[in-house]
Amino acid sequence: MSGGAPGGTGAQRRRGDRRGHGNIVAPLPFPAAARRELGNPQLRANLRRATHTIRDRRARVVGETPDWAHLRAAGAAIKDDVLARLPELLEQFEAAATAAGATVHWARDAAEARALVTDLVRGTGSAEVVKVKSMATQEIGLNEALAEAGITVVETDLAELIVQLADDTPSHILVPAIHYNRRQIREIFADRMPGVDLDALTDEPAALAEAARRYLRDRFLNARVAISGANFAVAETGTLVVVESEGNGRMCLTLPETLISVVGVEKLLPTFRDLEVFLQLLPRSATGERMNPYTSMWTGVTPGDGPRALHVVLLDNGRTDTLADPVGRQALRCIRCSACLNVCPVYERVGGHAYGSVYPGPIGAILSPQLTGLDAGANRSLPYASTLCGACFDVCPVRIDIPQVLVHLRQRDVDARRGQPSPERMAMRALSWVMRDRRRYAAALRAARRGAAPLRLLTAGGEVRRLPWPLSAWTSSRDAPLPAARTFRDWWAERTAHGGREDGRDQG
Amino acid sequence: MRVALFVTCVNDLMFPATGRAVVRVLERLGHTVEFPAAQGCCGQMHANSGYRAEALPLVRNFVETFAGYEAVVAPSGSCVAMVREAYPRLAAGDPDLAAAVNEVVPRVHELSELLVDVLGVTDVGASFPHRVTYHPTCHGLRTLRLGDRPLRLLRAVRGLDLVDLPGAEECCGFGGTFAVKNADVSSAMLADKCAAIRDTGAAYVAAADNSCLAHIGGGLSRQARLGSGAPVRAVHYAEILAGPEVHP
Ligand code: SF4
Repeated sequence: MSGGAPGGTGAQRRRGDRRGHGNIVAPLPFPAAARRELGNPQLRANLRRATHTIRDRRARVVGETPDWAHLRAAGAAIKDDVLARLPELLEQFEAAATAAGATVHWARDAAEARALVTDLVRGTGSAEVVKVKSMATQEIGLNEALAEAGITVVETDLAELIVQLADDTPSHILVPAIHYNRRQIREIFADRMPGVDLDALTDEPAALAEAARRYLRDRFLNARVAISGANFAVAETGTLVVVESEGNGRMCLTLPETLISVVGVEKLLPTFRDLEVFLQLLPRSATGERMNPYTSMWTGVTPGDGPRALHVVLLDNGRTDTLADPVGRQALRCIRCSACLNVCPVYERVGGHAYGSVYPGPIGAILSPQLTGLDAGANRSLPYASTLCGACFDVCPVRIDIPQVLVHLRQRDVDARRGQPSPERMAMRALSWVMRDRRRYAAALRAARRGAAPLRLLTAGGEVRRLPWPLSAWTSSRDAPLPAARTFRDWWAERTAHGGREDGRDQG
Repeated sequence: MRVALFVTCVNDLMFPATGRAVVRVLERLGHTVEFPAAQGCCGQMHANSGYRAEALPLVRNFVETFAGYEAVVAPSGSCVAMVREAYPRLAAGDPDLAAAVNEVVPRVHELSELLVDVLGVTDVGASFPHRVTYHPTCHGLRTLRLGDRPLRLLRAVRGLDLVDLPGAEECCGFGGTFAVKNADVSSAMLADKCAAIRDTGAAYVAAADNSCLAHIGGGLSRQARLGSGAPVRAVHYAEILAGPEVHP
């Protein structure tokens, strides 16, 4: 199969209106999934320690970068330019990569991408692939598809390997095993890692890394096919870029004969020079390092060096749909650094699994429902999984105003359901009707105050311990205040009647 | 200066003492406070919950009510943030409303902004001989960027012992309807915030937003009743600033 999947040129394919599918659909509404995760105190302790460590490290290295604000603005501007010229840049990328010896494929959604990659691997005759950590392949559920086709997949990123061995799903974009501590990781290795040397295996990080190294070494040397994603794809040159910490990605990218890279269409950068901005933004935001240990770049194939065949699968899977929303499209600027996860007070309490998608945390709450449409699974509950505290926007290296997009998606959700009866909408309408008119508002205040009077007699401290549903959710963990005996506006009216200024009397 | 008070709907009904405190502080400093009676709710809950259509009439009511005042003050970080950040977005489709919003927004101030930036005051002449810790609510911290304005005001209060709140920048878990829609997560966040507050040994926790304070204060009072630690009282910082006058 070569340049352009069935059904026309890349540009024509991208106009197809298709929603995203795959591991980006929450099976359970967020509040229910969150409750399940909150029941695990070990998880919360692990998350708290890990997120605070990365958070602090990030703050340090960002703090020492004097032009951080400019870098962020540049990062956002470059990505906005990419989104504005996406079809043109994609074709430029395709031409440049093809000229350098790569084969470019287009996948409209997860199913197409899975089929494409499975066929490509089958075509090599290999029954095992090694993988570089990649969100795009997680998104489309590639490992599951390959396993079904009888192909063994070996994740080579340490944290990804832990999750794979544990038969678990990732809970963080960058640190998929963030929900495990060292002791738990040792147990997973001891139980599940083929050929592990139990005597040498302690829960010291060095011992765990050594065990993984031994296990992976054989796989690298025997692998004939590797699968990767890419952090960036340069339109000008057709270059792909992977940024990592361990060097295992580099092994996958250089040793096997065939390399298949699955790349979301929004990963493009116009020029090679644009990497200057992103290679400063990404490591600082992601791991809190000034520079990441390994940056691999490859452009097509080079005879006698590295893979002999390179396939690039450009993945839409709901990105074109997302691009159509002028407010929501900023989510496509995301470079998957995870800084927003690490500062998010909600993520810190519940972890990644509560979001039911490979994209957790604040970015997941705005990306998953946009890729799939709000009506997929329980994805419409994700934009409500935030207090709108704004910590994510503050750290995002490409200035995605996540709170703004969250509110926007809530609006889309509410508007999409205007036809259906809802007690919440009735309450919101009634409140709006009352509050826009002074007489109605004053009357409602009086009624609320009077309604509270008998309660006030019963509760000495002026606080309520249990309210009826739905406000029982409030009083499950907090007391509720009662309306005051006298509203502000009544006080003001009385005071005005008595001649105006502050009279020192302050009783409610 | 003639200052219009936007007391906010929550304060009007639930926390009128905060509104009275603002009046007292400003009058003590020699300013005139007016209370335009047509005011209602800023529409924050509607807008943040996705009810744009229901929020718009409230935006209109606000800009009509406060048009023409030299300065508008509100003792609520989140309501001022709503006006400043969300009103221009909500009004975007309606040129007349957008113009009215643009006209009024620059004159709407959170109390500490009015005192420190507009009136140039940090010492309001109050006394409050207690240990106090300050929680800089998310809207105050990250939307309005109030910075140390409320702290400067509190530090100038006689007898007040201001202690740092560890993890102060972390959200308390209120988040409007979040507190009800995601009650379990909200409670988990609240528990951590309350523990941090109790650990300071403060007798009061102050903030710029009574909604967050109702959530925090409700948690502290519930926990104190269940036997975990001394009761810490939640109080709007305006009420501290309105404390007994110590000099003319
Ligand atoms: S939204 Fe921003 S902070 Fe979050 S992962 Fe993407 S780039 Fe990083």
